[in-house]
Amino acid sequence: MTAMNRRLFPVLAGLSAFFLVTAPIVIIRAPYESTMGLVQKIFYFHFPAWMAMFLAVFVLGIASVQYLFRGKPAADRLAVAAAELAVVFGLMGLITGPLWGIKAWGVWWQWDARLTMAVILELILVAYLLLRQYGGAGSDRLAAGVGIFAMANVPFLYVSTEIWRTVHPRTSVVPTLPVDFGLPLWWSFAGFIALCMALLAARARLEEQRAALDRLYLALEED
Amino acid sequence: MGILRLRGAWRRAASRWGVFRVLVLGLVVGAAAGVAVLDAAQPATTAAQDGFVPMDDIPPEDQMPAAPLVAGAYAVVWALAVGYLWTIWQRLGTVEAELADVNRRIGDRDDG
Repeated sequence: MTAMNRRLFPVLAGLSAFFLVTAPIVIIRAPYESTMGLVQKIFYFHFPAWMAMFLAVFVLGIASVQYLFRGKPAADRLAVAAAELAVVFGLMGLITGPLWGIKAWGVWWQWDARLTMAVILELILVAYLLLRQYGGAGSDRLAAGVGIFAMANVPFLYVSTEIWRTVHPRTSVVPTLPVDFGLPLWWSFAGFIALCMALLAARARLEEQRAALDRLYLALEED
Repeated sequence: MGILRLRGAWRRAASRWGVFRVLVLGLVVGAAAGVAVLDAAQPATTAAQDGFVPMDDIPPEDQMPAAPLVAGAYAVVWALAVGYLWTIWQRLGTVEAELADVNRRIGDRDDG
């Protein structure tokens, strides 16, 4: 895992740097949206940030299942890394959203289904990290349960705009985007997903090194 | 003794009440003078005072500029990504330094 992370990180970091550095050029060349104008361009960072968050939450959930039912310590370490990453990408989404909303909707925030569920998911992830930090012995298994619960929330969050009346644009907007809007979106999306995976590789390596350090301290104490 | 103390308290209260009345009077007079001065200084206004009339769009000079919001959103994303990568790098550096230190201590002990 560690060796793989070491090889993966430069490739993923290079890919994300390429896509994210060139993204503003692609975004500037995209046309303005007719009703929202310039502010709609926040969408090209806002949507990929949430997608990267969802990816991290899925990694967290699957790794938590593996740890809970198969007892794999490496899966637990990956889950911790993914949870932290999901909080970071969630913060990006939660900050860029209101910056878009104040112009497009006239309000910074609306307590509708989509936005409220997004905050709840972020709070669940923060709860996971707090549990890992301060939960003491046995908190790893309890946190794994919270991680699975967070993953279960994602599909509901994604379809919330289709089920409930909200101010947020519907999920169906993305698949029906014209090419001029789609190109910058998927360009940026590729950058965010590569960034998410690069950060995950780096953060997982940190957990691996911490585990190695713990093993060494144990060996030192036993002798 | 108790009656005397009561009288003293009553006198003190009456004296305070006198000061209070002067203060209230001063405030009322001051406020009235202020209102009169402000009222005289009011410019003629074009803002709707008798009723509001709807319109479809506000003039461009009244619209909130979008550019700072877009730039702010992009800056937040970059700051969070770079900042988070920096914290990982810092933590990794600390752990790897500690790892090297413990490895060295184990090596020293095995040699000794």
